[in-house]
Amino acid sequence: MTAIAARAAAELAQRGRVRGVAFRRFYERLLHFGLLGLTLLSVLTTVAIIVVLVKESGGFFFMEGSEVTFVSFFTGTVWSPLLGAKPQYGVLPLVGGTVLVTSIAGLFALPIGLLTAVFLSEYASPRTRMLLKAILEVLAGIPTVVYGFFALTFITPYLLQPLSDRFGTYNAMGAGIAVGIMILPIVCSLSEDALRGVPQSLRDGAYALGSTKFDVTARVVVPAGLSGIVAAFLLALTRAIGETMIVALAAGGLAQLTANPAEQVQTMTAYMVQIFLGDAPANGIEYRSSYAVAMTLFAITFVMTWTGALVLKRYREEYE
Amino acid sequence: MSAGRAIPIARRLRHDRMLLIACLSATTLAVAVLSALLISVFIQGLSSLDWHFLSSYASRKAANAGILAPLMGTLWVCAICGLIAVPLGVATALYLEEYAPRTRLRSLVQLNIANLSGVPSIVYGILGLAAFARCFGAISTDDPWTLGSPDSLFFLQLPFGRGVLAGGLTLALVVLPIMIIAAQEALRTVPKSLRHAALALGSTRWQVVWKVTLPAALPTMMTGAILSMSRAIGEAAPLLVIGGVLLLFSVPENLMSDFTVLPLQIYNWAGRPQDDFHKIAAGAIIVQLVLLLLFNSVALFIRHKLQRPLQ
Repeated sequence: MTAIAARAAAELAQRGRVRGVAFRRFYERLLHFGLLGLTLLSVLTTVAIIVVLVKESGGFFFMEGSEVTFVSFFTGTVWSPLLGAKPQYGVLPLVGGTVLVTSIAGLFALPIGLLTAVFLSEYASPRTRMLLKAILEVLAGIPTVVYGFFALTFITPYLLQPLSDRFGTYNAMGAGIAVGIMILPIVCSLSEDALRGVPQSLRDGAYALGSTKFDVTARVVVPAGLSGIVAAFLLALTRAIGETMIVALAAGGLAQLTANPAEQVQTMTAYMVQIFLGDAPANGIEYRSSYAVAMTLFAITFVMTWTGALVLKRYREEYE
Repeated sequence: MSAGRAIPIARRLRHDRMLLIACLSATTLAVAVLSALLISVFIQGLSSLDWHFLSSYASRKAANAGILAPLMGTLWVCAICGLIAVPLGVATALYLEEYAPRTRLRSLVQLNIANLSGVPSIVYGILGLAAFARCFGAISTDDPWTLGSPDSLFFLQLPFGRGVLAGGLTLALVVLPIMIIAAQEALRTVPKSLRHAALALGSTRWQVVWKVTLPAALPTMMTGAILSMSRAIGEAAPLLVIGGVLLLFSVPENLMSDFTVLPLQIYNWAGRPQDDFHKIAAGAIIVQLVLLLLFNSVALFIRHKLQRPLQ
């Protein structure tokens, strides 16, 4: 009897089915640590980004002959790195350009995205909803350079220039609207998730008390989903701040501190494109300045993402 | 309402109607924008689409220019990106969902991934330039370590230089967080009961993962993979930092070859003042959109045909 069992076990072992417990344990541990190692790569990426940016922008602030200080960089209002004898590096015009374009994008996309999300979650029939979601998915998949092209060849010449002849070929408005179109699907689908996360019983309760759809939406559903909506807004604005190709194509190349949307502006990302495409010598101060700008950009988006995560964590209302 | 002041019913109904109108017009506007975009691109670009456009190299004259080099560059770079980002993303998601103890470390890693997905893609370009193209300066780019001859398919060098491999790896960094999050969501759709059943039969953790969880999550995961790849083929900014905008007269031959991609070619043409170049930019956009459509229809197909309910 034992002989038969032993032979069966040996046969199975030969076919690789049964392995020693020790081997299994070793194999499991190997896989566990392998996966852990691969997971830590994502942490390593963050560390590497910070190290590269700090090291290279350190070169910008502390290189020989550099007269740039942290104070003059962060409070200077003139950005003229490529102009002649006395270049000036005050980052505010670039930050201002980014803020202007992002504000226009936000003013366009946040209300429209939220209202579309309300329509999708509160009004639309399942069929309409599926169709609209498909359209939003198409919008979300379009490469950003296409929006830049759209701003340059459609929004500015056919929508803005007929309104006022003060709009040039490159202007903050056209680029801002294009960035707004780009972030619209993000605002919309994330806010819709937040609205649909509000349990039906809350709506039913409000209707039972005699509420109209407006009351239910504006006083129950939107407040209940507010943390998700705010997080969606922040995420979308983060994307808008970091958007590169649209502003590189359509916003112009002149770094100036202005609030006039008909003027051209240069954003932080557009400046980086200009430097990486141009022939600024690789160890010169102009080239290094793009790393300091990148560092500023990274810090801004970092703070915004953390804020979004905090909002979600702290103010999330759980309904079960 | 605690305010205690009754709002007249007529005004409430008016609010109600206004909300509906606002929602409807916002939605209509979103649809109109998409239609305007597609129609304007097609009107401008359709005339430049022909076989010559797809099969020739760049040119100083718009009429002779084609997109062979960027098209092949896009395919090379995306293939590399997919081969790296998809397995890495799935492995990370597996660790976070199936292995990691629910500690603060795990939530920190999770927060880090969310944060990485918010990093502007051009910053990844800077990282890729430093890490892949230059090896952090550890080896001089003028005197690289090489393996094989520069003409062969298997030519390798360290640092990678501004070639296809550096571009693909950089793109992989860009889409990795998206891929991880998509794969995690796919794993979460697999019911706990399936895992418990397998564990109760004496499976080890890896056996559960490999034979139960992964196969069950696969269709959703593939959808996520395809969506992150469609993000990758549209990215221009990080590749602009890696390779610059080049007018190439060759297609990539190995992992170290110079490259350009469709979005960069579009950027280059769209940025020129002449109308002729805008037309071929629109033509290239149509090709790009058709590629995207192919990707997305595969994703849709998988979602509808292969996905079975798991309850």
